[in-house]
Amino acid sequence: MADKNTVSRHTISVLVENEAGVLARVIGLFSGRGYNIESLTVAEVDAANRLSRITVVTSGTDMIIEQIKAQLDRLVPIHRVSDLTVEGPHLERELALIKVRGNGEKRVESLRIADIFRARVVDSTIESFVFEMTGSSEKLNAFINLMQPLGLVDVSRTGVVAISRGPDAI
Amino acid sequence: MATDQITGAACVIRALVDQGVDVVFGYPGGAVLPIYDELFQQNALRHILVRHEQAAVHAAEGYARSTGKVGAVLVTSGPGATNAVTGLTDALMDSIPLVCLTGQVPTHMIGNDAFQEADTTGITRPCTKHNYLVKKVEDVSRVIHEAFYVARSGRPGPVVVDLPKDILQAKTVYRNGAAVKHRSYNPRVKGDMKRIEQAIELIAKAKRPLFYCGGGIINSGPKATQLLTEFVRMTGFPITLTLMGLGAFPAADPHFLGMLGMHGTYEANLAMHDCDVMINIGARFDDRVTGRLAAFSPGSKKIHVDIDPSSINKNVAVDVSIVGDAAHVLEDMIKLWKARQARPEQKAIASWWKQIEEWRGRESLRFRNSDSIIKPQHAIKRLYEAIKGRDYYITTEVGQHQMWAAQHIRFEEPKRWMTSGGLGTMGYGLPAAIGAQIAHPDSLVIDVAGEASILMNIQELSTAAQYALPVKIFIVNNQWMGMVRQWQELLHGGRYSESYSASLPDFVKLAEAFGATGLRAEKPAELDEVIRLMIETKGPVVVDCRVDQTENCFPMIPSGAAHNEMLLGPEDEVKPVSEEGMVLV
Repeated sequence: MADKNTVSRHTISVLVENEAGVLARVIGLFSGRGYNIESLTVAEVDAANRLSRITVVTSGTDMIIEQIKAQLDRLVPIHRVSDLTVEGPHLERELALIKVRGNGEKRVESLRIADIFRARVVDSTIESFVFEMTGSSEKLNAFINLMQPLGLVDVSRTGVVAISRGPDAI
Repeated sequence: MATDQITGAACVIRALVDQGVDVVFGYPGGAVLPIYDELFQQNALRHILVRHEQAAVHAAEGYARSTGKVGAVLVTSGPGATNAVTGLTDALMDSIPLVCLTGQVPTHMIGNDAFQEADTTGITRPCTKHNYLVKKVEDVSRVIHEAFYVARSGRPGPVVVDLPKDILQAKTVYRNGAAVKHRSYNPRVKGDMKRIEQAIELIAKAKRPLFYCGGGIINSGPKATQLLTEFVRMTGFPITLTLMGLGAFPAADPHFLGMLGMHGTYEANLAMHDCDVMINIGARFDDRVTGRLAAFSPGSKKIHVDIDPSSINKNVAVDVSIVGDAAHVLEDMIKLWKARQARPEQKAIASWWKQIEEWRGRESLRFRNSDSIIKPQHAIKRLYEAIKGRDYYITTEVGQHQMWAAQHIRFEEPKRWMTSGGLGTMGYGLPAAIGAQIAHPDSLVIDVAGEASILMNIQELSTAAQYALPVKIFIVNNQWMGMVRQWQELLHGGRYSESYSASLPDFVKLAEAFGATGLRAEKPAELDEVIRLMIETKGPVVVDCRVDQTENCFPMIPSGAAHNEMLLGPEDEVKPVSEEGMVLV
């Protein structure tokens, strides 16, 4: 039995009207009401119908999560709010570009680990690599941590995108 | 085709008229000159010129709340819009339907720090239900119609439409918007029948039931008020109302326990604490109502009916939640109740009433009167005695006088009481009274004010004078920001930091300077006569009613305390307020 004060992580998918200011409304709601944002991604997903999808990873008690969903749902340009974490199995992916600088053994080692993690080299100089990697946030974290002693200089991450498993749409 | 084309500004006027707007409260400026030019050339729409844009919004709130219609506001860009922000926030907190049109610099100058430019949609995003920046003249009429639909439907609220000047001057074909259908916004009005059945099940088994209702009943419309009254009488249960809900149930009905909350009656608060089934319709478990959450009505099963899903389980977890409009849900509740045979155990209900009558016997609104000095409660009671039975509308400012007015003035029907509940905006009452008076020119409209609050929008006396509006401003003048002083006395060791109203104007002369009538009452013996004169004098009247400076507002639930830890009067010992209580406002 989860205590009512237990904080859990939720991935919430929000289908919104693709119009000016809609992202500001969502972000303003989170900051104004003191909710957490662990990651947030947004992009148009249906140009013909002017729809964008926002994926937000947040955390809170059950009561807070319910509030977040209800508050999102009452914003006028929001079509649908779906809590992927509670609505069944879903997939989460994140993409990262990771720049590692070094030479000699460290450079070779970074390439070897990248191979194990199935990261791709998308840019190279004689003293650096940029790796591209897709996976769960945990996998990205693990890889980035391993790169730290090998000359990690820069990271850029997309944040989580997610979708439910199975045939049904949001 | 070209002959059918009119300017964006002309579209604005036509859209307002098509939406049934007959009066707009506003203040002109550079960016909205095209709209003012159109206003000048027509007669369908009346414009009321206020003296500050905040007042335009409050006046529209007073108009909206006393009529049930959407209030309309027109202000210019930059400072016009920023001045409106307090009013918009007030309307958002109290769920008042408004459409506020703001001027904007021309589209090609947006973002250039142009003269009187402000990011109006950015600034008003968190203080409106929704807002729009119109970037194409073809969108003007559609957006305004949509704005009215959003403002009035679901949980009502303020909507801003920001109109750049070039859009107002460009030409287009006007589109009527009688039937707005929104792609993503379709609030639910009908409650889930299964949940309503569960609620009726709980109600039928109740031993110590209580209705706790709020502004949602009034916003839903006259049908909700009528159905609520019917249902309460049908069940024979007691009912308490929030500050925003006063008038949703007739005050004279013996089922009514008075207002609840921080300055609510003893019987209402103790009934909340001890009830076993709470039926909340259209109230939102505000912190002024609940007191210490951990000790809030600990033994009750809670039913919550609200049109806004985000109000449910926000502060208080409930057992049965029903999302829907109050009138629709009440109608279904009554239908099920009538169809159902089982009734609560009458003996239990009778003993619950016996307990309530005992609490009622404490007469928690009682105060010690005086022959030599006017007690503020006495002043308001006498005011009520003088207007009882008349066609009256009451607005208030914010503070002690507001609570005394809520306690001692009684409302038998909805839309008669206008006060700033959620935001607590000092300066609300006078412009709101102006809005109510515009809507009801022949009714008695009284702003019960404090001497500090009234100074926050005193310039509106000029508006009242211009339109010969007979608003009555009854200033309960104790020369203190009374509620601040009361808290400093109870919580801060009587260190009255900056709460004394120094250098007050002579309110009688002030009234005269604005072209209004000024009256003063200093002794209890003068009170009734001054009130009579106030009511009978034509045009706007200001009463400076000098009252006891030291009187505190009781009963009171101190911050951080529970419903059963009320202070009934000055003779009650004030326990030291907890650390958690000290941080609460």
